[in-house]
Amino acid sequence: MKSASLSATLEKAVAGRSPWQDARARFLRNKAAVVSLALLAIITLACIAGPWLLPNQFDSADWNAMSVPPTFAHWHLFGTDETGRDLFVRCLIGGRVSLMIGALATLTSVTLGIVWGAVAGFIGGRVDNAMMRFVDMMYAIPYLLIAILMVTLLGREFYLVVLTITVFSWMDMARVVRGQTLAIRSKEYVEAARAIGVPTRRIIVRHVVPNLLGIVAIYTTVTVPGVILTESVLSFLGLGVQEPMTSWGVLIQDGVGVMESAPWILLFPAALLSITLYCINFVGDGLRDALDPKDR
Amino acid sequence: MSDATILSVRDMRVHFQVKAKSRLPWAATRTLKAVDGVSFDLRAGETLGVVGESGCGKSTLSRAILNLIPATHGEIVWMGAKLTRASAREWHAVRADVQMIFQDPLASLDPRMTIGQIIAEPLTEHRSGMSRQDIDARVRAMMTKVGLREQMINRYPHEFSGGQCQRVGIARALIVEPKLVVCDEPVSALDVSIQAQIVNLLKALQAEMKLSLIFIAHDLAVVRHISDRVMVMYLGRVMELADKHALYETPRHPYTRALLSAVPVPDPAIERGKVVQILSGDIPSPIDPPAGCVFHTRCPMAQARCSQEVPELRTLVQGVSAACHFA
Amino acid sequence: MPLLEVKGLQVEFRTHDAAVRAVNGVSFTLEEGETLGIVGESGSGKSQSVLAMLGLLASNGRATGEARYRGENLLGMPARALNRIRGNRLSMIFQDPMSSLNPYLTIERQMTEVLELHKNLTRREAKKRAIAMLEAVRIPEAAHRIGQYPHELSGGMRQRVMIAMALLCEPEVLFADEPTTALDVTVQAQVLQLLRDLQRDFGTSIVLITHDLGVVAGLCEKVMVMYGGRVMEQCDAATLFAKPSHPYTIGLLRALPRLDQQGGELAGIPGNPPNMAHPPAGCPFHERCADATAECAEREPALEAVGTSGAHATHWLRACHRPVDAMTTRYQESSHV
Repeated sequence: MKSASLSATLEKAVAGRSPWQDARARFLRNKAAVVSLALLAIITLACIAGPWLLPNQFDSADWNAMSVPPTFAHWHLFGTDETGRDLFVRCLIGGRVSLMIGALATLTSVTLGIVWGAVAGFIGGRVDNAMMRFVDMMYAIPYLLIAILMVTLLGREFYLVVLTITVFSWMDMARVVRGQTLAIRSKEYVEAARAIGVPTRRIIVRHVVPNLLGIVAIYTTVTVPGVILTESVLSFLGLGVQEPMTSWGVLIQDGVGVMESAPWILLFPAALLSITLYCINFVGDGLRDALDPKDR
Repeated sequence: MSDATILSVRDMRVHFQVKAKSRLPWAATRTLKAVDGVSFDLRAGETLGVVGESGCGKSTLSRAILNLIPATHGEIVWMGAKLTRASAREWHAVRADVQMIFQDPLASLDPRMTIGQIIAEPLTEHRSGMSRQDIDARVRAMMTKVGLREQMINRYPHEFSGGQCQRVGIARALIVEPKLVVCDEPVSALDVSIQAQIVNLLKALQAEMKLSLIFIAHDLAVVRHISDRVMVMYLGRVMELADKHALYETPRHPYTRALLSAVPVPDPAIERGKVVQILSGDIPSPIDPPAGCVFHTRCPMAQARCSQEVPELRTLVQGVSAACHFA
Repeated sequence: MPLLEVKGLQVEFRTHDAAVRAVNGVSFTLEEGETLGIVGESGSGKSQSVLAMLGLLASNGRATGEARYRGENLLGMPARALNRIRGNRLSMIFQDPMSSLNPYLTIERQMTEVLELHKNLTRREAKKRAIAMLEAVRIPEAAHRIGQYPHELSGGMRQRVMIAMALLCEPEVLFADEPTTALDVTVQAQVLQLLRDLQRDFGTSIVLITHDLGVVAGLCEKVMVMYGGRVMEQCDAATLFAKPSHPYTIGLLRALPRLDQQGGELAGIPGNPPNMAHPPAGCPFHERCADATAECAEREPALEAVGTSGAHATHWLRACHRPVDAMTTRYQESSHV
């Protein structure tokens, strides 16, 4: 008996399996999500590092090699466009811009959405009502018209494009965060915290926010494709980033014009955009399944 | 059990405004009378059992005592100090002495915190001067006291069974050494074999730490094992409030009698031969409680007087009060 | 031939982590007009056994063994044949009547559906039969109530509607999965008395799944106690309550707070229910059993006949390595009468 108690005291505290570790294990079991994540990582790395490593410049026109189909010569793996610029490098540079705008606009819209939704959900009552009716109004506004208006009036600077996109991408997150905050507020562990005497601000920080992170992660991956697509649409309409900067949307617009004579100019940027969006969606699905409490 | 009264509740009412059925903006709101005039005293070291069926208001009463739901009317006197209309700061000080244990063991624990953090939370809230080591030591000691292995301190709630989660809830409630613990159906969600463990644990801890308990349950047999006095509620009012022996041996109120006869006893000989007092009809809605005595619509003894006059809770003999015209 | 004969029923669920053996060898018989109570705590497998018999398992569940209704094996029966039996010869009521009733259909529609399907009645005939059944389950103003929606009825009334629906086709066996657990005590008393009367009037056999031994005492002649997916003890009710011979049954009875006895010490069963994903070796109860020996931890005890018991000479079966006499004397000594 003595040895048993001795070993018990020597036994260190067992580390628990937190809900995050459980979720990570579930995510890693989802093959589609893991492959998509890997693919996204490859594309992002290529866009960041690629242009430095490749010999061709994205804006150097080569009049000797106009509209050349994909070939291994001169590293024109994706071919060239009508002014002889290497498409591969342009796709990667365009990827930089699309992904960066995607990340920035997502960051700002997600932050705005979380703050809006959490405040509405936690205060409740009339304030909640007013804030959510504002969100409804934003949904009702035809974003493309207003986006065109904003870009026309404010200009096509990089940060202004980000702003325009943000203005129309935060509402989903606000709604979802508000719903989740309401749900958490009525949970018994929040009631238990109030019974203990924990003040409201500490309840929000200690109990509400950590339990929001799951849904925030999921809806961030839902916001990103929307943002990238909005940027592409704006660029396609000629309202995105200015020359000589390019993005996938701009490249697609260029490609549409010569679709019949030089299809690869449309194909490659379109394929890259599609693959990226698919991958983000699969990762989002994987996150949703991993964080779904029903499985527990 | 000393005679000092630590908690005094007088004419507690908790009413909610609900929208009328017709949803039109000018339709009058109706009142849901969850608790409608409850008064009782609690002595130091005593256990008061509160029983009743759905809609009786026992859970709402427990929340109102702790000001988790504001009372619409009534007086709460805690240790001689009036708490009605007390400020948030006064309530905060009281909360160190009055704690709560909840019905759903897993739901009352934050899934993202370790049980060590969960149990320590009241300490960090009310004893801010303590060092991290002190807190850790206190948490470990408390875990051992409620029958949890110390090594589990970094585990998460979902890794425990229902009974173990409830032990965590008990540890959390008792770590600040409160004087009163309100237990809201603490064993209803647990298996029978685990129920007995938790009830025994609560009794042992109560004796050791000299606690007063308010034990809310719908299971009359469990309440009998842990309470000194029992309060029977129906539709927000008190029907009977008596010492345990008196209530179970000689119930005075017809509702108490019906309740006791309806509880199934695990003995076929008794069950088969039993004459159950079946109450007619269903429990009325607390939005439209019957006039006069709220129980008269189902009472086998009801007379004309019962639908007109509300019976007062009057003391019949020493230690027994009932709210009935004919008790 | 017995009405129901179950032999070696096993139910397994495939999950990501492991295969969960929810039911690990259950056998029992049910004669006509008999009432069987299946008692167990959470994780004992009592609900899954019955769900398996009626083909209602979740999609990742697999049932093996035999469950014969009048000689035909229900397990593995094609859906068409099973549908002719379900709702018709064998019916079931569940714990939460609100989620068992379709909130978008009136009571009438839900009840006439059963009759139109199984008895080929016209709408009008079906409605008449349904109203008659609602009156039999003592629903006041049945003709008016039948046009209402489930949310307009109270919990007790909804459960009675469920019972009425289950009895519409005059089944031979009624399975009831915790039918009164979600109801208040006084409403529970009403529903239990109703079940007793209906059984007497219609002669239906009832299989009652519950964790409440008090309910079993009032309603069932035969009782089967389950733990960890296996049957621990099976005999007639009078013997089970007076002379329990299995350590788990004894522990359960001692842990029950009783109204007919002075409040004394409640003897809890130490430990926790078994994890069915990694069930313990040997007898599933051995880790919590005060009388366990080394053999209990190694070998699963077989369900053996001890003799017959009770007025109807019900078979007395138990699965334990310790001898019967030692256990019954132990219960006699410790009972707090």
